[in-house]
Amino acid sequence: MFIQRPFYFPEMTLRGAFTELDRMRQGLDRFMDGYGGRNFRLPTAGVFPLINLTDDKDGYFIRAELPGIKADELNISATGKTLSISGERKIPSEGKDVRYHRREREAGSFSRIISLPGDVNSDKVEANLKNGILTVRIPKAEKAKPKQITVK
Amino acid sequence: MTDASGKEIQAKQKTEVGTPAEQTSPGAVFVPAVDIFESEKEITLLADLPGVKSKDLKIDLRDDVLTISGDITPLEGADEKDIIIEYEIGKYFRQFTLSEVINQNKIDARLEDGVLRLVLPKSDKAVPKKITVKAA
Repeated sequence: MFIQRPFYFPEMTLRGAFTELDRMRQGLDRFMDGYGGRNFRLPTAGVFPLINLTDDKDGYFIRAELPGIKADELNISATGKTLSISGERKIPSEGKDVRYHRREREAGSFSRIISLPGDVNSDKVEANLKNGILTVRIPKAEKAKPKQITVK
Repeated sequence: MTDASGKEIQAKQKTEVGTPAEQTSPGAVFVPAVDIFESEKEITLLADLPGVKSKDLKIDLRDDVLTISGDITPLEGADEKDIIIEYEIGKYFRQFTLSEVINQNKIDARLEDGVLRLVLPKSDKAVPKKITVKAA
C-alpha cells in the first residue's frame, strides 16, 4: 500500500536546513571579501592581544597593537617553536573629582601563547615596541629556510 | 590603577566607521576607543591610536565639533606574506560634539605609546552671542 507522507520535503530536514544556511553564509563571506581586500571577518583565537603573523624568507614577524603599554610592562619569552607574550595594561586613575563621559579603554592583564608554523632560532628573537605596536622578529632555523635550487 | 586589577583584557575586533561614503581615499577606517572625562577646568580625552605617528595625527576643533583622524603607515615589508591575520590595519577617525566652550588657544595634545592625551581647557567666560531682532 502506498503511504502518503504529506509533510516530507527533502529540503526541510534539519541537515538540509543547515546546508542551506552554510551556503548563505559562504555567499555572504564572499560578498564581504570583495569589500575591503583582506578577509572581512577575521578568524581569531579570541585572546588579547590580537596578532598578525607574517613571514619572509629569513624569519617570522609577530605584530600586536598594545597602545599605552610600556616596554618594561611586557614579558616576552620564546621556547622552541612557541612564543609567549604576557603583561598588564594599566590605566592610571585620574583623580576623584573627574566625571567620566565615556570609558571604552580597557585595563587588565593578558597572556598569550603563539605556536609558530616552522622551526626557528629562538636565541635571536628581537622585540620592538613603537607607537603602541609590538613587533617580534623570530629568525627561521637554517634548515627551515628555503633553498634555491638551480636547474641544470 | 583603577578597579581593574586581576581582570583579563578581552580581545576585541576594531569597529569600522559607519559611513564609508565620507572617505575619499581607499582603505579601512576604524573608530578608536576613547576615555573622556571632565573636571571643573578641563575636558580630557584619551584615545588608543596604535601605529599613528604624531605627524600623521590631525586634531581639528571647529564649530564645537572635535575631529580626530590618524593615518598609519603599515610596518609590513614588501616581501612579507600573511600567515595569520587577526586584526586589520587602517586609519582612525572619530568626531565629537562638545557642549562646553573650549579655550582654543590652550589645547594640549600629546601622543605617547600610541595613546593620545588631549586636554581641552574650558573657556573662562563663554562669550554670549548678540542676537538682534529686527522689527518688521
